[in-house]
Amino acid sequence: MSEKHTHIEHRDDEASKLGMWLFIFTELLLFGGLFLVYSIFRSQYPTSFHEGSLELNVTIGALNTMVLLVSSMTIAMAITAIQKKNKKLTLILIGITLFLAFVFLVNKYFEWGAKFHHGLYPGSDLMELLDRGHHLYFSLYFFMTGLHALHIIVGMILLIITYVKVKNESIKHDHFVFLENGALYWHLVDLIWIFLFPLMYLIS
Amino acid sequence: MNNTEHVSFLEHQGKHKGILAWILSTDHKRIAFLYMYAIAAFFLVGAILGLLMRFELIAPGETIMKPQTYNGIFTVHGIIMIFMVVIPGLSAVFGNFFLPILIGAKDVSFPKLNLFSWYLFMFGSALAVASQFLKSGPPDTGWTFYAPYSTTTGTSVIIATTAAFILGFSSILTGLNFIVTVHRLRAPGMKFFNMPLFPWSLYATAWIQLLATPVVGITLLMLIAERLFGIGFFNPDLGGDPVLFQHLFWIYSHPAVYIMILPAMGVITEIIPTFCQKKVYGYKAIALSSLAIAGVGFLVWGHHMYTSGMSEQARWFFSLLTFIVAVPSAIKVFNWISTMYKGSIDMKPAFLFALAFIFLFMIGGLTGLILGSVATDIQVHDTSFIVAHFHYIIFGGMGFAFFAGLHYWFPKMYGRMYNFKRANFSVIALFVGFNLLYFPQFIIGVQGMPRRYFDYFPRFQWAQILSTIGGVILFIGLIVMIYNLVKAARSGEKAPANPWNGSTLEWQLPSPPSIENFDEDPVVKENPYDYN
Repeated sequence: MSEKHTHIEHRDDEASKLGMWLFIFTELLLFGGLFLVYSIFRSQYPTSFHEGSLELNVTIGALNTMVLLVSSMTIAMAITAIQKKNKKLTLILIGITLFLAFVFLVNKYFEWGAKFHHGLYPGSDLMELLDRGHHLYFSLYFFMTGLHALHIIVGMILLIITYVKVKNESIKHDHFVFLENGALYWHLVDLIWIFLFPLMYLIS
Repeated sequence: MNNTEHVSFLEHQGKHKGILAWILSTDHKRIAFLYMYAIAAFFLVGAILGLLMRFELIAPGETIMKPQTYNGIFTVHGIIMIFMVVIPGLSAVFGNFFLPILIGAKDVSFPKLNLFSWYLFMFGSALAVASQFLKSGPPDTGWTFYAPYSTTTGTSVIIATTAAFILGFSSILTGLNFIVTVHRLRAPGMKFFNMPLFPWSLYATAWIQLLATPVVGITLLMLIAERLFGIGFFNPDLGGDPVLFQHLFWIYSHPAVYIMILPAMGVITEIIPTFCQKKVYGYKAIALSSLAIAGVGFLVWGHHMYTSGMSEQARWFFSLLTFIVAVPSAIKVFNWISTMYKGSIDMKPAFLFALAFIFLFMIGGLTGLILGSVATDIQVHDTSFIVAHFHYIIFGGMGFAFFAGLHYWFPKMYGRMYNFKRANFSVIALFVGFNLLYFPQFIIGVQGMPRRYFDYFPRFQWAQILSTIGGVILFIGLIVMIYNLVKAARSGEKAPANPWNGSTLEWQLPSPPSIENFDEDPVVKENPYDYN
């Protein structure tokens, strides 16, 4: 009887994963609100949205899409690596994922920087001069990609924690749910971009 | 069995001492207490603000405050009561304390996350309170933050919306925790349909918290960006649409009404069978009606906006759905009353509160049907009829259910018993005061008294005076109730493990329960309300 009174660390991987999935639902709904606003304004101002999208740099956007897709693959490979007890490879793969996330942000920085350079940013004088459809398009562009970039940063923090945990072996071949959840979150960040890219850059 | 002395969770000595033993505890019962004390404090602040408004309205014209102060006070009253008291209220206090116990678990699935939610809640609440004292003045938009006024007013709207965003995040994490707990931690042998009905209602609530709250989260972020950068989503000058804000706001805030009332219904469903000593009538119907309310509740937000500019089709459709969502609520009321039929009824204070709940909730629900039909709604839109209606649901429903739950579970939570005479007095004072306060508002609402107005025509004064008297009686009832419970918590008689002869799992434990709740796996009954 008495041994039951001592606190045994309760572990339920299924529960952790279920919790992460539920959290991902909330993230999807958070962006869902924005996609709703996007669809309403796009149906109201279809030509302005098309013209606005021509101002974006499709090359950088496509490059960033590739970068995120590859990073999703590397983090998925990290899960397989940890299951095969290959700690070194796991660390390398998480490292590559982090590097790719960083590349994404650098691209984003230059992309936004160019817009800022032309005086195009929320609250700027140029934005005030735009007609309504263009104004809404660029507001949505900055709001949606900005919120997404914030999620990239949160995802990177999660991955850094994962990296440290793999390093000091609190994530191991038989206990890697934290890595799985980190990867799930990273896939979410990737998935949202997969929707953002065509909706923002490829409007015809 | 266990021969060692029983140590309750209140006496349990953990790693930390003093207040740290509370604010660093991950025990679901201690977290429930943390929530309860915080919410009680906020509730008193909100109630005093309400009483101040009542005194302002006792005569036409300026009585005790300026119009701008009045605008600030009704906004703050709304924000405190909705976001800091009623939405977390039942699920964070009784849900945290009793959900794990009722399903035979030792704690929730993520105890640390649970404590983190409390910190988020306190942080958000601190911001909300701070917004009242900043130099720019308290927000004056009403708790709904309607655009475009909220995008232009000079008051501290940004802080208040940030607070609401953080409180929403806390609510999401609590919901997430409860869903996983119900899925993963039910005692061996307990299937979904062996669960008591309070966990059922919490489960339905948690899904709403999880799926609806992010929408208001993003809406508030857009509002903040609108104020900071002029993104124009809600500003017609920049091509945006203020009605869009209302849609996004009510997509969350209508389901939020069910976040408030579903756990309240769950508490009442626990209380009635116990004090009737009878199996609950229509177990499955009550369980499934919770899910039905949660599901249909997502689709009725438009009934807040009949006058905002919507197509004819949208209006009748939202009206139809609103009538449909009333059906599962009515099923519950029928089942509660059928449970009482031929039961051996014991009129203890908790049961009296439950009866008051049914009565007030029915008035609130039936006036909801008046508001659900488009034609009558347009007549009484934005009048004190609305104020009376939602106070009957939120205070008469959720508030009285909270008091009922408090009197029902108090002996289990503190291991002590309160004075029945004083408790009965407070039930009567609260019930009489409540009806005197809000019922006249229905009448003058139909006659055209607008809501949120500082001034009014002299012909409405009779009702305003009655309401203010009711408000005072209500407040006296509250003070007596709180005095009674505080006194009982300190020096009440020791309560037995099962003072009401209840049949659910919490009554099989000593009062108060030990830190791990169950020393051995509990015996699960096929029907949790089996009194034979």
